[in-house]
Amino acid sequence: MNSIELKELSKQFGSRTAVDKLTLSVEQGTVFGLLGQNGAGKTTTIKMLCGLLSPCGGDALIEGISVTSKPQEVKKLVAVSPQETAVAKNLTVFENLEFVAEIYGANKSTAKEKAQEMLLRFGLADRAKDKAKSLSGGMARKLSIAMALISKPKVLFLDEPTLGLDVRARRELWNVIGELNGKMTVVLTTHYLEEAQALCNKIAIMSCGLLRALGTAEEIIKQSNTDNFEDAFLFFTEKEEEK
Amino acid sequence: MRALTFSKRNFKEILRDPLSLVFGVGFPVVLMTAMHLLSKSIESMPDFFSISSLAPGMVVFGLSFLSIFLGILISGDRETAFLSRLFASPLTASDFLFGYSLPCVGVGVVQSAVSFCFACLLGFMPSWKMLLCMLVLAADSLLYISLGILSGTLFTQNTMSAFNTIIVNLSAWMSGTWFDLGMIKGGFKTVCEVLPFYHAVEAVKNTLGGDSKAVFFNLAVVLVYSTVIFIVAGILFKKKMKG
Repeated sequence: MNSIELKELSKQFGSRTAVDKLTLSVEQGTVFGLLGQNGAGKTTTIKMLCGLLSPCGGDALIEGISVTSKPQEVKKLVAVSPQETAVAKNLTVFENLEFVAEIYGANKSTAKEKAQEMLLRFGLADRAKDKAKSLSGGMARKLSIAMALISKPKVLFLDEPTLGLDVRARRELWNVIGELNGKMTVVLTTHYLEEAQALCNKIAIMSCGLLRALGTAEEIIKQSNTDNFEDAFLFFTEKEEEK
Repeated sequence: MRALTFSKRNFKEILRDPLSLVFGVGFPVVLMTAMHLLSKSIESMPDFFSISSLAPGMVVFGLSFLSIFLGILISGDRETAFLSRLFASPLTASDFLFGYSLPCVGVGVVQSAVSFCFACLLGFMPSWKMLLCMLVLAADSLLYISLGILSGTLFTQNTMSAFNTIIVNLSAWMSGTWFDLGMIKGGFKTVCEVLPFYHAVEAVKNTLGGDSKAVFFNLAVVLVYSTVIFIVAGILFKKKMKG
């Protein structure tokens, strides 16, 4: 069953088309990679899917609910971890988690329980009472993802979750994302091709707002008649630039 | 319920930024003390600078810092992408406006109580009407809260400071805090009477003086301004939520 269905989803900013009639679907419980160069339309697509931007045309269904006609309903099903670390800097790690659980409808005691569970799962228990602004980049990113997961969303959007992290912190986050595979639908944007290959069941390559390729990493390599995923990525993104 | 959860978070954020809080409460108190000492040491100093004339204006002046607290908080949330996360959550525009406003009303009332207590130490005659003044000041605080939401929505942290400095100065110079508006004629007086700051101070003075008719008139002017600014800020905020 499909968790996400995009039907000619489009977005324009003035005369510039950021996303051009994008049509694709994402199966429930899979990790889906959205790749492309800067300005390809990845973040705009994610923003439309989680209700941060209104589409100019087309529609998208999240678990069967339209983002254009019922955005408030969609917001109850999704969570997003934006590109930049999105935490309340003067709240403690525990308070950040508890706060997000409560705004997604958990009562006080459930929110505390969920926050505790996330602290243990993400190895943040010893920093529970520290303010979020005192965390390192990797820890803050972990907290940001834990905040997105605490509401147990049906669909999780991770916008470049490992950007700027060191190798160890990146690997730790890979493990976290890997554990989600099969449990919830994850849409991941990244510039790291090896990350997409390692984590994603299916990958879409976007360029200039258009869908250029769709499939597993191996299928995309085959479609491009290249030897590796990096060459395949360049093939599908350069093709448009030449035009 | 969600709005209350959000307001709790905002209350913590404001309280944990000691610099702005000390400045907001401390600055009016320091000014009051300085003017009191000055009026004591200069024989020909007009009565207007006595603590009984100065205190109501200084208390309202203290509220003008609410627009700075709130502007910093909202623009900070926007710049750290924290607001993007919340925009994708089930929080609605009215949850945001209520959640940002409520803690500031509380902070404003506490701030006013501290200023009045300090004024009493300097010779201001304590009266039960000061309790009524707390209600009037809570209504006055809405003006500065609406301006804070407007500035936080429109500006970045840097440009927002410039806007709020103008508001703080307008509040100081156009409110009749530093001089008796009855002594002034012409355009300046008209501008002071058209703007809401003078009426915010007058409402407090009228409450202490027991002139309920004048209280309602002046408060009505303040509330009409607050409502209009809230509506404009709300429309702009909702627009930001939609990207």
